[in-house]
Amino acid sequence: MSVPVPAPRTTASATRPLRIAVPIAVLLALVPLVLPPYSSILLAYGLVMAIGALGFNLLLGYTGLLSFGHSAYFGVGAYAVALMVKYLRVTSMELFLVGAIVASVLITALFGVVCVRYTRIFFGILTLALSQVLWSLAFKFFWVTGGTDGLRVPTPSLFAGLVTGAGDKIAFMSHAYYYYVLITFCVCVALMWVIVNSPFGMALQAIRDNETRAEFVGVQIWRYRWVAFLVSGVFTGLAGALWVPLNGLTTPDIMHWTFSGEIVFMTVLGGFRSFAGPIIGAIVFNYLKTYAVGYTVYWQLLLGAVLVGLVLSLPTGIVGTASRLVARFQGRS
Amino acid sequence: MEGAKISLLITKDLVKWFGDTHAVDHVNFTVKESEVLALIGSNGAGKTTLVNLISGLFRPDGGQILFRDADVTKQSVHGRIKAGIARSFQLVNLFDQLTARDNVALTIFSREGKIANLVALAASDSAVWDEAHEILKAFGLEAKARTLAGGVSQGERKLLDVAVAYALRPKLLFLDEPTSGVSTREKAPIMDTVTSVVRSTGISAAIIEHDMDVVFNYSDRIVAMHQGAILADGTPDEIRRNETVITNLIGTTEAR
Repeated sequence: MSVPVPAPRTTASATRPLRIAVPIAVLLALVPLVLPPYSSILLAYGLVMAIGALGFNLLLGYTGLLSFGHSAYFGVGAYAVALMVKYLRVTSMELFLVGAIVASVLITALFGVVCVRYTRIFFGILTLALSQVLWSLAFKFFWVTGGTDGLRVPTPSLFAGLVTGAGDKIAFMSHAYYYYVLITFCVCVALMWVIVNSPFGMALQAIRDNETRAEFVGVQIWRYRWVAFLVSGVFTGLAGALWVPLNGLTTPDIMHWTFSGEIVFMTVLGGFRSFAGPIIGAIVFNYLKTYAVGYTVYWQLLLGAVLVGLVLSLPTGIVGTASRLVARFQGRS
Repeated sequence: MEGAKISLLITKDLVKWFGDTHAVDHVNFTVKESEVLALIGSNGAGKTTLVNLISGLFRPDGGQILFRDADVTKQSVHGRIKAGIARSFQLVNLFDQLTARDNVALTIFSREGKIANLVALAASDSAVWDEAHEILKAFGLEAKARTLAGGVSQGERKLLDVAVAYALRPKLLFLDEPTSGVSTREKAPIMDTVTSVVRSTGISAAIIEHDMDVVFNYSDRIVAMHQGAILADGTPDEIRRNETVITNLIGTTEAR
């Protein structure tokens, strides 16, 4: 058996994380005031991905299940919004979020029933296959989904119509919408933190560490995995819903398995064994990808090389390595 | 005294086949209230299979399991735990990336039906953590409370495995070789701790054990199994004098 490494911890109190989280939230709130609009829009993309990765890591880091199909739930959120625009003429962001949550609950509840009976490669393959089913639906049913052209999503109205998207789109996205994303991000982070530190979160970690024993202390494995799957999918669906107004368009690409791969990658890059890992990973990945795309047409090659290098040099992810360095520094002083 | 005790668990003609092998062959096994029972037998005698059938890991191919007069034969593992049957494992089964304290606390949360709660901080439930601390203390593990379960010594892991099962507050606790894999020197302290906790709370324990010194020193009653069937059932003194057991089990055990 390998030497156990510290995993996401359970018995935390709220004081210390708040001391870290509040200053970071304040810094993030200052971004649109001090940096050019492009920077805050780019960061908004990163925060959206972070919500998705946070949801993904409830399965990988805390429950021990590697999903290769999270693009599906991201896409369900995005398409729920786009279809609400197309068929119901909805423009309220709050209704978009509610619609996306309902749609992701329905889809993940169904997919979850199929997937949670399996673990390891079987779970991964099933999630991958199911996500490809949704991708092909989005791709082929063009009269509903617009096929490869996708569906346009206009600028939504925020806070029950108090803030509308009329006027300069860049200014709207870099300020009002950025704050909207930031608030949702903070709520999601706080909620996920409570979930992983709840008795339920402990039960998931028990399932991850030892399924048989978890069953023999009374944890109903499939049921808890299913709920974790549901929560995970809903977070990622919510990310999809926040992403689509930012992007202005949703296409089947975001349901393709390669995007699931990106979600896996950003989480591993940040470190799936820590709570903050997927958040940091998603934001860093977003910058890496954006600059790689801007730098060369062979961006996948460049990004791949950079990521391989990072994973080889930082096997516990950015957050894991940083915590080790901090611990070493504190040990010396 | 012995006769006055009420049967907690009764198996009737319990059968389990693995291919052509009768792993458990029409076994009528009982555990009485507040007794420490040892289940002995050579490797392959069917002891662990019997425990696996009673705890719900395996489904029997025939027979009945009655626990406190209720038929639990078709109950799920979860249902049997709720009824009051808990077990430890021969190969230690713990949550290695959680601390010793978290291992016990999780079990208490589960017992109390609190693990379905995903919007409350586990840390804020002080009653659970106090109880977890008490249990670790009873098993002499309080110094290891904050150590990851994967990082404590083998003897401590064996004790923690029992402590986790005990935290379910069962009425019947099955311990599958609680001293296997530890040094001879560590066996007696482990058994002293385990039996004192069990006896102080009045629950029943059925212990699978190979070490005859442990068996004779710590149990009230001994059930000997051989080739899937019960060979003998009696007090330590009766078993010590039982010719069939000596020929089939004790002789071979000592020879090993």
